[in-house]
Amino acid sequence: MIEVDGVTKAYGSGKTRFLALDNVTVTIRKNEFFTLLGPSGCGKTTLLRVIAGFVDPTSGTVTMDGADLLKLPPYARPVNTVFQSYALFPHLTVRQNIAFGLEMLGKPRAEITQTVDEMMALVQMTKMADRQTGQISGGQQQRVALARALAPKPKVLLLDEPLSALDFKLRKDMQIELKRLQTETGITFIFVTHDQEEALTMSDRIAVMSAGAIRQIGSPRDIYDHPAERFVADFIGDTNFLPAEILSEADGVVQVRLGSGAEIAARPVEGAGRGAVTLAVRPEHATLGPEAGALLPGTLRNIVYFGTDTHYHVALDGGDSFVVRAQNQPDRASAVAEGDRVGITFPPGVGQVLRD
Amino acid sequence: MADLARTRERRELRTRWLLLTPALIILFIAASGPLLITLIYSFLTPGDYGGVQWKFSTDAWFNVVFQRDIFDDTLGFADAHLSIFWRSVKLSLMTTVGAVILGFPTAYFIATRPANRRDFWMLLIMIPFWTNLLIRTFAVMELIRNEGTINTVLMALGIIDEPIQMLFTEFAIMVGMLYVYLPLMVLPLYASMERLDFSLVEAGYDLYATRLAVLRRIILPLVKPGLIAGSILVFVPSLGAYVTPRVMGGGKQLMLGNLIELQFGQGRNWPLGAALSITLLAIVMVALIFYVKSAGKEEVGHG
Repeated sequence: MIEVDGVTKAYGSGKTRFLALDNVTVTIRKNEFFTLLGPSGCGKTTLLRVIAGFVDPTSGTVTMDGADLLKLPPYARPVNTVFQSYALFPHLTVRQNIAFGLEMLGKPRAEITQTVDEMMALVQMTKMADRQTGQISGGQQQRVALARALAPKPKVLLLDEPLSALDFKLRKDMQIELKRLQTETGITFIFVTHDQEEALTMSDRIAVMSAGAIRQIGSPRDIYDHPAERFVADFIGDTNFLPAEILSEADGVVQVRLGSGAEIAARPVEGAGRGAVTLAVRPEHATLGPEAGALLPGTLRNIVYFGTDTHYHVALDGGDSFVVRAQNQPDRASAVAEGDRVGITFPPGVGQVLRD
Repeated sequence: MADLARTRERRELRTRWLLLTPALIILFIAASGPLLITLIYSFLTPGDYGGVQWKFSTDAWFNVVFQRDIFDDTLGFADAHLSIFWRSVKLSLMTTVGAVILGFPTAYFIATRPANRRDFWMLLIMIPFWTNLLIRTFAVMELIRNEGTINTVLMALGIIDEPIQMLFTEFAIMVGMLYVYLPLMVLPLYASMERLDFSLVEAGYDLYATRLAVLRRIILPLVKPGLIAGSILVFVPSLGAYVTPRVMGGGKQLMLGNLIELQFGQGRNWPLGAALSITLLAIVMVALIFYVKSAGKEEVGHG
C-alpha cells in the first residue's frame, strides 16, 4: 500500500513559481491496477517520479506499508519503472538487460538465470535473448523493458506511458497483455497515461489529474458515469452540459429543473452549490424521440454517421446544443431528417450534477 | 546494353580517381614525405657541422639503445636515453590518468547542465586552449616557482618556512602538460556524454544500482569511445611534448622531444635525432595498439 499525503512539488520561485504537484493526497492499494490519467503537464509523471525517487517533493510524505519512502534513494526502493522511452541499456543484450536488476541485488547466478528465463518466456522474448536492444522492434523493446522491470519482483511497478510509442494494433494487444501480467503477478501497477480509453480498459481505479491536482478518484465506471466536475466529464468521453436548478435534495437524489422547465431526478455531488448548477448527460444515455412529452425540445441540426453509431446534433430551444448517440442497426436508415423538430429524453438518475 | 553500362561505370571510376589525384599527391607528400626523409636520415652518417653525409650507417640506431664507453670501448646500455624514454612514457601516462581524473567529472558536470548553459561552460574550457602554449606554460610556472604564488601564500600563512621546490621537477612537467592538454580530454568526453541518454542513468538507479555501479556498468561503457579518444589525444602529444618539459623541467628533466631537439641542434647528430624520432613514433603506435586492443577486449566482456 502506497500512501501519498499532501505532496507538493514547486519549480522556480517568485513570479515564475510553478506547482507541478499541488497538495496531492492518494492511497494506492495492494495488487491494484491504479491509473493516473490527465492531459500532458498535469503532473501525473511528476507524481510517478516522486514515488520512484527521481524527484524530491517540496513538501508532503510518501509511505509504503508504513515505511517512509522519501528517505530512501531510488536504488533502495522496492519499486521498478517502465520508462516512456524504455531506457534499455544499448550496450547490453536483451538477456543482460533483464538480468541487470537481479545482478545489482546480488542474487546468485543460478537464480538470475532462472528468473531471466521465466521473464523472457512471460513476455515471449526467449528467441531474442542474445540480440542487442537496437536490433529489436519497438514493441519488443517495450516487452523487454517490462520484463526488466518485473524481474526483481518489485512490490510496485510504475509505468510511464509505456504504450504511447506503439501503433494502434500493438497498443490494443499490449493493453490486454499488461492487464494479464498484473493479474498473474499480483504486483501493484501504477500506470500513467493521457489516453482515456487505456485508462478505462485496464484500471481498477483511476485518478484524474489536472494542473498538478487530483480532481477525482474512482473506478472506471464511477469516473465515466458520475464525473464530479466539468473537467473530468469533459476529459473522459463526450458529455452534454445542461444548465439546471436544484429544487430539492433527499436520500442521495436531487430534483432539478432543466432549461425547458421539465423536472427530473439527478445524482448529486458533494460540494456542489445550491440553486443554479450544471448537469452532465452522456450522449449515449439520452434518446431521441418526438417533440411531444420530451424533456428537451429542439431542432435537429446534424446527423453524423460513425459506423457503429450515429450522432444527432440537436439545437435546444433554450439556445444550448445537445448530442445524442444511438447505436446503429443493420440496414436501417435513421427515421429523422435534418431540420426536423425532435425531443430529447433521458431516464431519471442519469444526469450528474457537477461541482463547477 | 550491359556493355554500355559497364563502359559508363568504368568512365565514372576513372573520373573519380582523376579528381582524387591532387588530394592524394598532397596527402602523400605532406604525410609520408617527411616521414620517409626522417627514416632515410636515420640510416646515414652525421655531417661535421650538422646535416648528413650520404654514407649508409646503422650507428644512429645502435646509439639509440647502446653506447660505447669512451675510455675502454666496452659496450653498455645508453642509460641517459633509456631513462628519458622511461620518463617520457611515465609522465605521459600520469598526465593521461590525471586528465581522466580531472576531465571526467568536468565533462559530466557540463553535460548535466541545462542545454543553454553548456556552451558557456565549454567556452571556459576552450579559452585557455586558444591561448598561446608558451604563455600558458609560463603562467603555470608563475604559480609553482619558488617565489611563485603557491609558495608565497604558504610561507605567508606560516605553513612552510622554505619554499617547496616544485619547478624543474618531473612533477612540474606533469602539471604543465596536464594543464595544457586537459581540454583535449574534456572535449571528446563531453561529446560522448552529451549524447548519453540520462534516462539510462535513472533506469540504473531504478534497478538497484548504486552510484558507483551506475558509473561502472552504465556510464563508463557508454562514454568509452570518448574516453579512448581523449586518452589518445592527451597521451600522444604528451609523449612528444617539447615546450612544456623545456620550460617546466628547466633543461634538467629531458623528455623525448627535448632529446630529439638536442640531436638536431647542439648534438649535431641528425641521424640519431631521426632514429629517436622514429623510435618515438614506434612507442606511440605500440601504445595505441595495446590500448585499443585492451579497451576492445573489455567491451566483449561487458557484452
